Amino acid sequence: MRILIVEDDPVLSEGLSVGLGLQGFTADPVGTLADARAALADCAFEGMVLDVMLPDGSGLDLLAELRRAGSALPVLVLTARDQLRDRVQGLDGGADDYLGKPFDLEELAARLRAILRRAEGRPTALLRWNGLDLDPARMTGRLDGRDLAFSRREFAVLHALMERPGQILSKSALEERLYGWQEEVESNAVEVHVHHLRAKLGRAFIETVRGLGYRVAAEG
Amino acid sequence: MSLRLRLFLILVLATGLVWTSAVVWIERSTRAEVQRVLDARLAEAARMVSSLLSDRRIAMAEGGAPVAVPLQPHPDYQHQLSCQIWSLQGTLVGRSEGAPDSELTGAAEPGYSESSVGGERWRVFTVQNEALGVRVMVGDSLTVREGLVADVRDGLLVPLAVVLPLLAGLIWVSVGQGLAPLDRLAGSLRARDPSETGPLPQGEVPAEIRPVQRALDGLFARLAKAREAERDFTAFAAHELKTPLAGLRMQAQIARMAQDGAVRDRALRAIETSVDRTDRLVRQMLELAAVDRAAPTPGEVVPHRLGEEICAGLAPLAEARGVTFDMRLDHAPLALRSSPFLLQAALRNLVENAVLASPGGGVVRVWQRGAVLLVQDEGPGMPAPLRARATERFLRGPGAAGQGSGLGLAIADVAMERLGGALVLPAALPGHGQRAELHLPG
Repeated sequence: MRILIVEDDPVLSEGLSVGLGLQGFTADPVGTLADARAALADCAFEGMVLDVMLPDGSGLDLLAELRRAGSALPVLVLTARDQLRDRVQGLDGGADDYLGKPFDLEELAARLRAILRRAEGRPTALLRWNGLDLDPARMTGRLDGRDLAFSRREFAVLHALMERPGQILSKSALEERLYGWQEEVESNAVEVHVHHLRAKLGRAFIETVRGLGYRVAAEG
Repeated sequence: MSLRLRLFLILVLATGLVWTSAVVWIERSTRAEVQRVLDARLAEAARMVSSLLSDRRIAMAEGGAPVAVPLQPHPDYQHQLSCQIWSLQGTLVGRSEGAPDSELTGAAEPGYSESSVGGERWRVFTVQNEALGVRVMVGDSLTVREGLVADVRDGLLVPLAVVLPLLAGLIWVSVGQGLAPLDRLAGSLRARDPSETGPLPQGEVPAEIRPVQRALDGLFARLAKAREAERDFTAFAAHELKTPLAGLRMQAQIARMAQDGAVRDRALRAIETSVDRTDRLVRQMLELAAVDRAAPTPGEVVPHRLGEEICAGLAPLAEARGVTFDMRLDHAPLALRSSPFLLQAALRNLVENAVLASPGGGVVRVWQRGAVLLVQDEGPGMPAPLRARATERFLRGPGAAGQGSGLGLAIADVAMERLGGALVLPAALPGHGQRAELHLPG
């Protein structure tokens, strides 16, 4: 789950990207509205954590811009002005959720997962496919009565595939989900993670579509 | 005293005064007129009696027995005129009905005189008839004359007694009506919520009240601006304090959760940086408040000593960043219009900014040119658009992110303003860093 973080405070911004990384997200931090616009134009993000007071303007303006352009990107607004009026303004301005500073990392992660899930139209936190229950909050799965643990990257690949069952994701699309900007993309990484996943889930769970990419196999 | 009562009293007193002087004036003129007319009547009556005596139309009784003089009292003026005829030797020869027996006047000369007979005051006209050897005296009672004048005066005073309370009532109501716009203004001021700062309701406003209303609206506008500035400051302060708190909490949670020792160390270092920064922010916010309300007591400061104090205070920060000071300030004391604390705060913040802006190994220069203190760093300098807004509170340059609080120049600016001087930020020359100047008055 690749998330754009728009926050100008370097300590908080760094904390958000590391902390959300620990929670199974891939987070890219930017410090200004201009950088955020450039990042949104360049990469596909699944969600955004947006601060309100930024050096070059209000985060709510960026949000309004996005919504005017028809974007449905799930956005969680962070603000220090934790007053009812501001919350209402933020939510009416198109924010999917709202968190007042300071906040708890786990709560932020849970809220982010909730708005991402809602954006996909899924009511439950668990992803279910072919007998596998995947729990994004714990980065664990359960298959045929067996509990499974995944590494952060394995989980990211599996989660991406199970979000849209049957849909083919290319290797580069998966890489984009796996790595933030600062991270070096290792060649073959996707193949290695898929290999490990197949060892845990059985060979047939993930299909290779030659020349196109990967998908989870049809139910049955 | 209320404006209404004041106006009411003025108007009622003025009306009463006008009316009273009218009464006094009319009484005096009436009295003069009555005197003139009745005196003429007296003279005429005396001469008539005298000529009747000469014509023998009235026979004088022998031996001084009174005769009736045909001066018939008019039904309206009973006993008003009395007539006496005296012989020149002093015997009463005749008198009219009701006339007193004793002489009406003791005056020997003919003409007008006044006298008192039997407790009554008389106005008398005397004619001397030499041919007959008699003196004719005709008089009328002054009490009657006074009565006439009093009638006229009462004719004015009675309506006054009735009309004045009525008029007072009318004045009271009219003054109230006239002051109604003022009452409305007071009412709308009273009904105002303390947080409301919009203009007063417009509509029918008399020309006299319009300046007051305009002045009030101006005051409200200034109040709204001040309140907005305060609200902005509070909102900014909340943001500026809560953001590092959020960062601290986030890093603390990372340190707790991280399996990797390197990640944990990094988080702990971030916490330390953040605590230092937050400490500086809180100190500067308090300093800004202190500068805002520093006591305006003039004082004296020795620039050299001030500079040494500041450099000593900032030594740990400068050391950590590998920055050194080049301080050349005068030993001669400078007289200040306000508290020396203000100059200290201004200079300290400029030097701290310069330390933060300078690269490692850089030199911060502090020197003096008369009443101007100058601070120069070796940083990139402020771009013009930023320089124009540099004294705004919480405004940080893009390069300073994570270091300054955005309050340093705001503090210096307010402090210099309170000292009657100015903070000047000249355009930075490429490669020379940014200079800041504190201009003191005089």
